[in-house]
Amino acid sequence: MTQYVILIYENEASYADASPDAWQTAMEAHGRFAGQVGELGGKILGGDALQSTATATSIRGDVVTDGPFAETKEALGGFYLIEARDLDHALAIAKLCPAPGGGVEVRPVLDTSGG
Amino acid sequence: MTDDAVSAAVADAHRREWAFVLAATARVTRDIDLAEECVQDAYVAALDAWSRQGIPRSPGAWLTTTARRRALDALRRDRTLRSKLPLLIEPDLPSAGSGADGPGDLAGPGGGPGLGGTALGGTGPGGSTAGGQAEDDVIPDDRLRLVFTCCHPALAREAQVALTLRLVCGLTTAEIAQAFLVSEPTMAARVTRAKKKISAARIAYRVPGAAELPDRLDAVLTVVHLLYTTGHTAPAGDSLVRADLVDRAIGLARMIATLMPDEREVRGLLALLLLTDARRAARADAAGRLLLLEEQDRSCWDRAAIEEGTALVTGALRGGRPGRFALQAAIAALHAEAPSYRQTDWPQLLQLYGELLRAWPSPVVALNRAVVRAMVDGPEAALAEIAGLELDGRLAGYRYLPAAKADLLRRLGRRGEAAQAYQAALNLTDNSAERDFLARRLAEVAAAPE
Repeated sequence: MTQYVILIYENEASYADASPDAWQTAMEAHGRFAGQVGELGGKILGGDALQSTATATSIRGDVVTDGPFAETKEALGGFYLIEARDLDHALAIAKLCPAPGGGVEVRPVLDTSGG
Repeated sequence: MTDDAVSAAVADAHRREWAFVLAATARVTRDIDLAEECVQDAYVAALDAWSRQGIPRSPGAWLTTTARRRALDALRRDRTLRSKLPLLIEPDLPSAGSGADGPGDLAGPGGGPGLGGTALGGTGPGGSTAGGQAEDDVIPDDRLRLVFTCCHPALAREAQVALTLRLVCGLTTAEIAQAFLVSEPTMAARVTRAKKKISAARIAYRVPGAAELPDRLDAVLTVVHLLYTTGHTAPAGDSLVRADLVDRAIGLARMIATLMPDEREVRGLLALLLLTDARRAARADAAGRLLLLEEQDRSCWDRAAIEEGTALVTGALRGGRPGRFALQAAIAALHAEAPSYRQTDWPQLLQLYGELLRAWPSPVVALNRAVVRAMVDGPEAALAEIAGLELDGRLAGYRYLPAAKADLLRRLGRRGEAAQAYQAALNLTDNSAERDFLARRLAEVAAAPE
C-alpha cells in the first residue's frame, strides 16, 4: 500500500455563507465518503477541514504576510491522508471525495524514512 | 552469416520485437530505465552472437532471455540498482503467463503484486536459459501492460505520446524530438519526468479492468491516432508526410488489434488509419503540392489497404452503437469506395457525420459535417453552420475553419470574402505544402474579377 494525500480545493465563497443545513449536508457527504473508502479497500489515515484562507498567514524567507501562499479562485480547504494500492486505486477513491465547489488533487506521499 | 544479413535481422527484430522484449524485461527489473538499458544491451549483443551462432528461430525470445539475464545479473551485482519504488506488477490476466516455465514465471501469478523482493526471487532463471534453449521459453506477452502504462491518464498527453514512442516503439529520444520539432533535451526531460511519475505516483503496470477499460482504451487509441495525424500532416516543415511516424502508428494499431481482437474501436482505428493512408501516394503531386480529395488520382490509391480497411470497418460497425473511430473509418471507407468525387454518396456521408457528432460532440466534427452538408444542401447551408461554429469560438485558431469557409465562398463566387478567409487560413498554417495550396487559391480568387 502507498500513502496519498487528497487535497480538496474549493471555492471558499460556497462555504462562507453556508446555512446550517448546507453544512450538515457537506458533513454527511464526508461521512459517506469515509465509509466508501473502506468499501473500496482503502484506508483513511487522517485528514481535516481547514479554516478559510482569511485565517491564513504565509511566510517567505523572513517576510510574514497575511493571506494564503497562492491566491487562487479555488483554495485548499481540507485534506485526507489515505492508503491505497496504486494510483488507479487512489484515483478511484479520490473521485468519491466530496468537493462540490471545486475538485481534488491526489499526491503520493514522499517516503522520507530512508529505508 | 554475413554481417549485412545479421544487421538486417537485428534491425527487423528492433522494429518488430522491441515492445515485447521491453515489456517482458520490465516485469523482471521492475524498473523501466534498467529494463531499457538491458534491452539495448541485448540488441547490441545480438549483432555479435547471431553472426557467430546464426539468427535464432525466435529473435524476440532470444532477445528477451538475454535482456532478462542481464537484468538479473545487474540486480544481483548491485541491489541498490533496484529503484526504491519498483514498478507495480499485478497478477496476470488468465490469458497470459499460464504455465510458463523459465523466466516468464518470475513475477507471474506466484510472484503476485506484492512490493519488493519477488522480482529477484532467488530462483536463478538466468542459468537455465543459456543458448538455443532460450527460444523455447514461453514468455507472457506484456505489451498491453506497457501500452496502457505509457498512456495512463495521469500523464500529460504529450508525455503519453513520447513514452509510447520511446518504450513501445523503441525510438530514440533524438528521433522523437525530431518528430515533434522540439529540442532533444526538452524531449529527454519530458520522458524522464513521465517515467518518474510512473514510479513515484505508483502507476500500476497492468491492463485496466473492465470498468475502466473503455476510457483507458480511448486514451491509448487517441495517442496512436495523434501519432498518425502528426506524421500524416507534419505540423511544420517541408515534407507533407512523415512516413516513419505514420508507419509506427499503423504498426501500433495492428499490434493492439492483435492483442485485443474483441475491441471494436481498436479495429475501427486500424481501419481508419489504413483507409486514410491508402490515399498517401495521391495526396500531393510530383512537385509536392497538396491535392484535395476531388483532385486526387484515385488510381493511385492503395487498393489492398482499402480492402483491408473496409473489411475491418464492417466488423467494427457490427454489434451495437459504434464508437468514434469506427464511424470515422466508415466515413473514410465511403470515400475510398466512391469511383469519383462527384459519385460519392454524400447523403450517406452526412448521416454518418451526424452519428459521429453524437458519439463525439467535437467542433471539428461539426466543421467536417458542414463541409459535407455543402455537397448535399449547397454552400449557403454549410456557411450558416460554419458561422455558428465561429460564434462558438472553440475553433478559434483552427486553420481548417477559415480554409473550409474560403472554399465555400469561392464556390459561391464571393471572391472578396473568399480572399479574406484564405488569408486568415494562411496566417494559421505552418506546413509549407498546405501554405502553397492556400496561396495558390488566394491568387486565383484575387486575380479573377467579382
